[in-house]
Amino acid sequence: MSETVISIENVSKKYTLRHKKNGEAYTTLRDVIARQAAAPFKAFAQKVSSKSRSNGSHPKGSGSSYSQNSVEEFWALKGVSLEIKQGDVIGFIGRNGAGKSTLLKILSRITEPTEGRITISGRVASLLEVGTGFHQELTGRENVYLNGAILGMSRAEIKAKFDEIVAFAAVEQFLDTPVKRYSSGMYVRLAFAVAAHLEPEILIVDEVLAVGDVEFQKKCLGKMQDVATSGRTVLFVSHNMQAISVLCNRGVFLRSGSVQYVGSAKETIDKYIDSYAQADGQHDNPDRRYGSGEYRYTLAAPEQPVYEGTDEKVINFEIERRGKLVGRMWLCALIRDAKGVVLAQYDSRLLGFWLEDSPRLKGQIRFTTPWLKPGSYRVDLSLGAAWTMDYWEGACSLTISPVLPYPTSAVPDASAHGLVFGDFSWEASDANDEFVSGGIVANSN
Amino acid sequence: MQQLVIEAGRSEKNYWTDLWRYRELFYILAWRDISVRYKQTAIGVIWAVLRPFLAMLIFTVVFGRLAKMPSNGIPYPILVFAAMLPWQFFATALSEAGLSMVANTNLVSKVYFPRLIIPAGAVITSLVDFAVSAVLLAFLMIGFNYLPDWRVLTLPFFTVLAFLAALGPGILITALNVKYRDFRLVVPFIVQFGLFISPVGFSIDVIPEQWKLLYSLNPMVGVIDGFRWALCRGGTGDFYMPGFILSLTVTVLLLMLGVWYFRKTEKGFADVI
Repeated sequence: MSETVISIENVSKKYTLRHKKNGEAYTTLRDVIARQAAAPFKAFAQKVSSKSRSNGSHPKGSGSSYSQNSVEEFWALKGVSLEIKQGDVIGFIGRNGAGKSTLLKILSRITEPTEGRITISGRVASLLEVGTGFHQELTGRENVYLNGAILGMSRAEIKAKFDEIVAFAAVEQFLDTPVKRYSSGMYVRLAFAVAAHLEPEILIVDEVLAVGDVEFQKKCLGKMQDVATSGRTVLFVSHNMQAISVLCNRGVFLRSGSVQYVGSAKETIDKYIDSYAQADGQHDNPDRRYGSGEYRYTLAAPEQPVYEGTDEKVINFEIERRGKLVGRMWLCALIRDAKGVVLAQYDSRLLGFWLEDSPRLKGQIRFTTPWLKPGSYRVDLSLGAAWTMDYWEGACSLTISPVLPYPTSAVPDASAHGLVFGDFSWEASDANDEFVSGGIVANSN
Repeated sequence: MQQLVIEAGRSEKNYWTDLWRYRELFYILAWRDISVRYKQTAIGVIWAVLRPFLAMLIFTVVFGRLAKMPSNGIPYPILVFAAMLPWQFFATALSEAGLSMVANTNLVSKVYFPRLIIPAGAVITSLVDFAVSAVLLAFLMIGFNYLPDWRVLTLPFFTVLAFLAALGPGILITALNVKYRDFRLVVPFIVQFGLFISPVGFSIDVIPEQWKLLYSLNPMVGVIDGFRWALCRGGTGDFYMPGFILSLTVTVLLLMLGVWYFRKTEKGFADVI
């Protein structure tokens, strides 16, 4: 039975933004004293002027400081409630500014919530930034001890794991040179290596995998996978959806400070993508489109808001007869990617299918291959007989979830090239024709 | 497994146990600051000895030979050095502690540990310089053939007092500095001004009797007097006890004020720093 290790009850966080017109970044005593001294006079002036004003808008912010500053309240988190159980690996997703890092900061006790309550059972270690506390003048060796101590490891612990850490970072040769001489890759590798060997009951990780080269990212993902499967509770913030779907079992989708959705990692990712999918086109004026117009599409929408690459995608449409009756017509759908490249043409003429006339028709187009890569696609629909009667460019959009149809979470480079995905396998045998190794895609919808 | 509750305005009862749990960090941060100080320097650690030595030299010439301050039979350099020792410690400790929070902005905004460790670590760093200067003083005493008597055994007590005298204002200023950056400028001023109004270049006997008590509001008066008493066989004249008690009280009050204000504002540091 999993017990709750973190209980977040109705947590909110407010920041006060001061909009200074004289452009100073820090509060100085001078300002505070001047403001306090002038306050009674300003308050009096405000009272006098507000009597002659109708109930219009008040100057923004608190009544007492009617000086050059306007004060705005910004709620970074609003009423967040969540229960996290022992062993959960939770992915927090959302756009920049959604409140993910703020929530992690509060859980790490770096800042305090304005409202609400959190109960935590267990030791927490947070990795909010790679290389926290690293000092440029100290050597690699010294920085390992420094960083480890700052992150909460005891000296004995660091000493025991020292060799492991250095091996993971692959910087043995440079251990005694000051870190300011390191390349950015070495720096980040060493920093992550120290953090990767933390062993708390609860681990909080904030977007630290977004650094380093391909080799390094692969190592990081591998290490994160080890941590995730070791039974520890992990809270993970990332924009790398593939990593989240592979590492996490649960997901939390935050938007503008509130929880939009909590569920399995895959469901949460879908909800996230869905919320930013483009609107479907229905309200276009059909008669102003290209085509002779005897028949027009009046509706086009995908059956599901988000599909996985290997799913059978279904697009519903409706056609209305607007003009002269025409006997039989063909239908065609073009799938375009974000750059406008046409990836596929699904033309009914290839199937020998001709649509019979009717004042109103509705139907579907279904297609499975090619396997589309994650992202947003536009669908162009057209119909005609001997000539084109309607061409609806961008009739609707299709969203493909970032979950790849392959068994491992691989580096971005493995899927960056190519317009579409496919079903494939690799295998090899040695000189004696004996089968050596191979890899196959174990999944097809 | 202990349960931790995080809530707005809740002052943690386990703050002090946390301080104990993070005790290694005191040492680590102090070690970091000391290591860094002498990296890539040519004469390195010798600076730690050179600075107090030169200060003593200058004081001896200016106050001893030129101003001819009385020294009641104690070799003037030793009289001065016995006061310079705690004063230098106080000055560096206050300066470092006062700016320590802002100097460690990256730690404050990214990692959790009880923040009191930061200014405390800065004061500990100054203790190392203090130790070096103390050794120098020992050599000086041997050189002048003027060795301290049994009173020197009270020196650890006065050292702790000096530590607290620096810690209190240091914590207060560093907490204030996070929000009001003006305090960065207040510290050098206090240090400079303090050097002349503290009994470093002269002994407390120079002050007229009726002003002695008021004068002792300066916490360093008690500390320096104590150091002189411990190191210089009772110092010049009688030990001024009322003044000492007053200085001691002021030190403790400043410490309490500092810690109270720091704890009150600590939770908001990460938002403001």
